[in-house]
Amino acid sequence: MATEPRRVQRGRRGATRVTDERPWWDTFPWWGAIIVAILLWMAWQILTKENYELAWTRIAPGLRLTITSTLQAFTIALIIGMVAGMGQLSRNVVSRNVARTYVEFIRGIPILPLIFTVALIVVPEVTDALNSRLDAWFGWEFKLSFQMRATVTLALIYGAYMAEIFRGGIQSVPPGQSEAGRSLGLTRRQTMSSVVLPQAMRAIIPPLGNDFIAILKDTSLLSVLGVLEITQRGRQFSASTFKFREGYFVVSFIYLLLTLSLSLLLSLLERRMTRDRKGQR
Amino acid sequence: MTSDAGPGANMISIRGLTKTFDKTIHAVRNVDLDVAEGEVVVIVGPSGSGKSTILRCINLLEIPTEGTVEVDGFEVTDPRTDIDRVRAEVGMVFQQFNLFPHLTVMENITLAQRKVRDRSRGEAREMGMRQLVHVGIPEKADAYPRQLSGGQQQRVAIARALAMEPKVMLFDEPTSALDPEMVKEVLDVMLELVSEGMTMVVVTHEMGFARAAADRLVFIDEGEIVEIGPPDEVFANPAQERTRAFFDKILY
Ligand SMILES: Nc1ncnc2c1ncn2[C@@H]1O[C@H](COP(=O)(O)OP(=O)(O)O)[C@@H](O)[C@H]1O
Ligand SMILES: [Mg+2]
Repeated sequence: MATEPRRVQRGRRGATRVTDERPWWDTFPWWGAIIVAILLWMAWQILTKENYELAWTRIAPGLRLTITSTLQAFTIALIIGMVAGMGQLSRNVVSRNVARTYVEFIRGIPILPLIFTVALIVVPEVTDALNSRLDAWFGWEFKLSFQMRATVTLALIYGAYMAEIFRGGIQSVPPGQSEAGRSLGLTRRQTMSSVVLPQAMRAIIPPLGNDFIAILKDTSLLSVLGVLEITQRGRQFSASTFKFREGYFVVSFIYLLLTLSLSLLLSLLERRMTRDRKGQR
Repeated sequence: MTSDAGPGANMISIRGLTKTFDKTIHAVRNVDLDVAEGEVVVIVGPSGSGKSTILRCINLLEIPTEGTVEVDGFEVTDPRTDIDRVRAEVGMVFQQFNLFPHLTVMENITLAQRKVRDRSRGEAREMGMRQLVHVGIPEKADAYPRQLSGGQQQRVAIARALAMEPKVMLFDEPTSALDPEMVKEVLDVMLELVSEGMTMVVVTHEMGFARAAADRLVFIDEGEIVEIGPPDEVFANPAQERTRAFFDKILY
């Protein structure tokens, strides 16, 4: 059926020719439509089926911890990443090597064992050492919840990745830019903050966005310490009711909804940034 | 005006300047050069002969391997010198313009005025406007660099340097990245500066400009000063064979 008008069209034009036109169905983002359809179908299941709804009411409250842990880990990682990223480019031999050691070291360890190491060994030992002093001097003790221990571990790991992002972003700014800044008498610091960093942000923001999404997913690892975020609630629900299908269905739905809408936002932001950039040398 | 001393005191004084990259690349070898106040020195020479490196050693964008550089009485090669203060007195114009693409023309011009010269927003904008008039494009104050032609961008770069009220201006092939029809508008601005008595060191391949503007012409080859003197003399009868060969290659 579809071949009929096409053949007529060809006939009218005469010989077939190479064309730069692409039909709408070739360029249409089918994948997006498919994803939306799947999410709608999942939402429909949860809204209409009792067991799914039960799973939802038990698991969804974990959103709060998932989101706060994500925000905390991202913020701390951002600070670590900025300091370590600029540290790697520092003139100071100590900061350069400390930053480099941290980045290389951390990136070589998988997240899960690092979470256990930090939560069960490093934090207890450090707090013990600290608290004997703090207690004696101030009558106060330092405590770190398991949620914070795991969150800090995530921040340590993503801080190392972000350090590379910052370093790469800063290095992506042509050296002529800082030379122009310095030649006008701006100090190193002023040149960095007013000339280099604002331009580096173009290269930094998109991968930071990806890391935000990655952190969000990796907060599911907090479950190994019993933190009641989404994954842990899903585990508990499934284990206590034997409704594994419903439990992990809802868990997946929540993560998908969050990550997919975040990447949509991110791609809109990126599109805007490249549009602003058009025509720039 | 004689060939080795300008009208006033020395604004720039270079002694025994040597720059070696990576221990093996001898970019500049034992160069002595004085630039008097109000003098215009034009540097010519083949590509890779060390012209940019000499210029960049003057404001310490490149750290000399050996030798001393004095600017306005300050020895920039002395570690105790506050190099940022000296740089504020030395304007530099680059081949690639190096405007800040994320800032408007006016912001490009006011940034260092405010941060280095501590001028208020109003003062900085007023000076910025004056310099934009100076280079002939006051109407572009709120444009972004990418919206300007190459010639306009280079004129903004000149205005940005002038807004600091520098004592010396360094130009590193300011017209080499320009389309031919834009070369003149930039050279005209530079000639205007010459007539105002600005001390200038200019690296360029524009021999017409050298003839019209230079008090002294310096020919550099392989990091050494081969010949130095009034442009008419150097052009008319170069004393060195190397100089002659260079002019033969570039002059029609
Ligand atoms: N940062 C650098 N590292 C290594 N070599 C360099 C560097 N800058 C310049 N050079 C070398 O020094 C020599 C002189 O360069 P330059 O001063 O740029 O020459 P010109 O400006 O006369 O073309 C060239 O051989 C160049 O390759
Ligand atoms: Mg050069």
